[in-house]
Amino acid sequence: MSTTSKPYGIIAEFMTSADVLHAAEKVRKAGFRRWDVFTPFPVHGMDRAMGIKNSKVGWFSFIGGVTGYTTGMLMIWWMNAFDYRIVIGGKPMFSPYAAFPPSYELTILFGAFGAIGGMLFLNRLPRLHHPLLKHKRFGLATHDRFFIVIETDDPKYSETETRKLLEATGSKRIEMVEA
Amino acid sequence: MSEATPKIKLPVPPPELERKPLVANNRSFAWISDRVAAITEGKAPLWWWAAFIPSFLCLCMLGAMLIYQISTGVGVWGNMHPVMWGWDIINFVWWIGIGHAGTLISAILFLLRQRWRTGVNRAAEAMTIFAVMCAGIYPAMHVGRVWYDWYLFPIPTPLGLWPQFRSPLMWDVFAVSTYFTVSVLFWYVGLLPDLATMRDRAKTRIKQFLYGLFALGWTGSNRHWTNYEKAYLILAGLATPLVLSVHSIVSLDFAVSQLPGWHTTIFPPYFVAGAVYSGFGMVLTLLVPLRKMCKLEDIITMRHVDVMCKVTLATGSIVGYAYAMEYFIAWYSGNPYERWTFWHRLFGTYWYGGLAMLLFNAAIPQLFWIKWFRQNLKAVFIISIFVNVGMWFERFVIVVGSLYQDFLPANWGYYKPTWVDICTFLGTFGLFFTCFLLFMRVLPMIAVSEVKGVTPQADPHNPLAKADGGQH
Repeated sequence: MSTTSKPYGIIAEFMTSADVLHAAEKVRKAGFRRWDVFTPFPVHGMDRAMGIKNSKVGWFSFIGGVTGYTTGMLMIWWMNAFDYRIVIGGKPMFSPYAAFPPSYELTILFGAFGAIGGMLFLNRLPRLHHPLLKHKRFGLATHDRFFIVIETDDPKYSETETRKLLEATGSKRIEMVEA
Repeated sequence: MSEATPKIKLPVPPPELERKPLVANNRSFAWISDRVAAITEGKAPLWWWAAFIPSFLCLCMLGAMLIYQISTGVGVWGNMHPVMWGWDIINFVWWIGIGHAGTLISAILFLLRQRWRTGVNRAAEAMTIFAVMCAGIYPAMHVGRVWYDWYLFPIPTPLGLWPQFRSPLMWDVFAVSTYFTVSVLFWYVGLLPDLATMRDRAKTRIKQFLYGLFALGWTGSNRHWTNYEKAYLILAGLATPLVLSVHSIVSLDFAVSQLPGWHTTIFPPYFVAGAVYSGFGMVLTLLVPLRKMCKLEDIITMRHVDVMCKVTLATGSIVGYAYAMEYFIAWYSGNPYERWTFWHRLFGTYWYGGLAMLLFNAAIPQLFWIKWFRQNLKAVFIISIFVNVGMWFERFVIVVGSLYQDFLPANWGYYKPTWVDICTFLGTFGLFFTCFLLFMRVLPMIAVSEVKGVTPQADPHNPLAKADGGQH
């Protein structure tokens, strides 16, 4: 089999969130690694069914927040108390109290950048080309259908067995996705 | 102890205590995306043009007013000693306050797991962004020499000077610009899955390209959803302290000064409550007609209207309490200047402002205690207008009412706006409504994926999930 004509994966369509949840449990138990579930909204309990661990986005946001607060405090100290000192109303050149509100806002700003940047990075987005987006039924994944896709790159993938497994989960429509 | 444990009988709640579903008439997933996308598809209805053309003309007027103001000077406004802050700051605070309801709905209600927010959050967040845009115009213009606005940001200048961070006005710059940025990002993150929905149903090449570009390749993968939901939760957790800080810092613009009527510690919570209150007024003003015009009655149900009225009532009561407390402190302080200011709020030159503020903000929303007023859409709409007007007068009373009679009679004066003030304010409505009307024709004005997620058939453990997805 030449690699150019190798399909991307096998796609199974489901009508309801309950069906896809139970199917996902079976696919995970079968030991697949390179597979995914596609739903129009996050299905409650799907992370556990797929065995996905807690997301790491929080760390990105935390690092962003710490960076923001430090940047704010250092910037204000440097600007008002070091680089160009001006006495204003007898107030101290630098006070953590006056510097707090802008630093607080920068904490939130950089924390938000971290959360969004982290989410996009972990999801490998933006990605403007994906084999699934060319599949003609797949557009329904953002409408009202639920899909399970097992990639042909998965070590456990086999043309006949994987299809049988998906049929056993109750999917009525199973197709191959071109790479 | 493996004896058979006695079976616990759960009492079945009576039908009148059952919660009404968030999406009425048991609509299917497909119906939700079709219904919401239909607002953007096809020709614009007549009412849309009837609203858009005057809004756009007002926007043009705003442009003309700003050009006139920039080319001539701030003197074209009515700001005059002793009232150096006039309609510009009133309108700035008013618009910023309106924005707060959007963030409250999108962030705070998300953290409180108020699932009804999904029906209204997208439109409310859009309202926030456009309201902050309107607000931002005022301080930027009020500096007079607009071409020096960039001095507000910590950018090196030829003079070597830096912004002065000991001033609350500088804190305000950071608060408002962070608020705008985070609101836009939060809104955009919420839009991602819906942009993918729009991409997948787009018919024309240009729509497919543009929605596809902004959807960033979203596929609805569950491995993506898990990171997405975490990021959304964190953004909600960040936007909550943000929205509380923004109006607190806006209030510090006043409270850090030593002027009677401004110099009070109650200002931050009082301003935040007032902001949320006025914002809910604007949400109701917008959504009560729109749910009918866009046939969204099954998504923005009467239950949604009812709870929003209750939030208005709650925040309006907090505002009323703050008014009472201000008066009490003014009397209890024994400070003659403080007492003078507060006496003249109700019995001075601008008595009508004080009266409007008390009547519209503290008294009229109390009608929402009565169910009939929460269920009657005309009543809700009219009260929401009162809320908007009342909160404008509150800011008028605070800004002008405290400035026009200073400590010395030599500093007393009378403030009145010029035609430029009035036309600029009308123009910001043009900006707001133009943006909002364009938004609802281009982007899904209901958070489609989130609404799908709160339907009963979305829960895989609900018996309805096994049935074939509701009625069509």
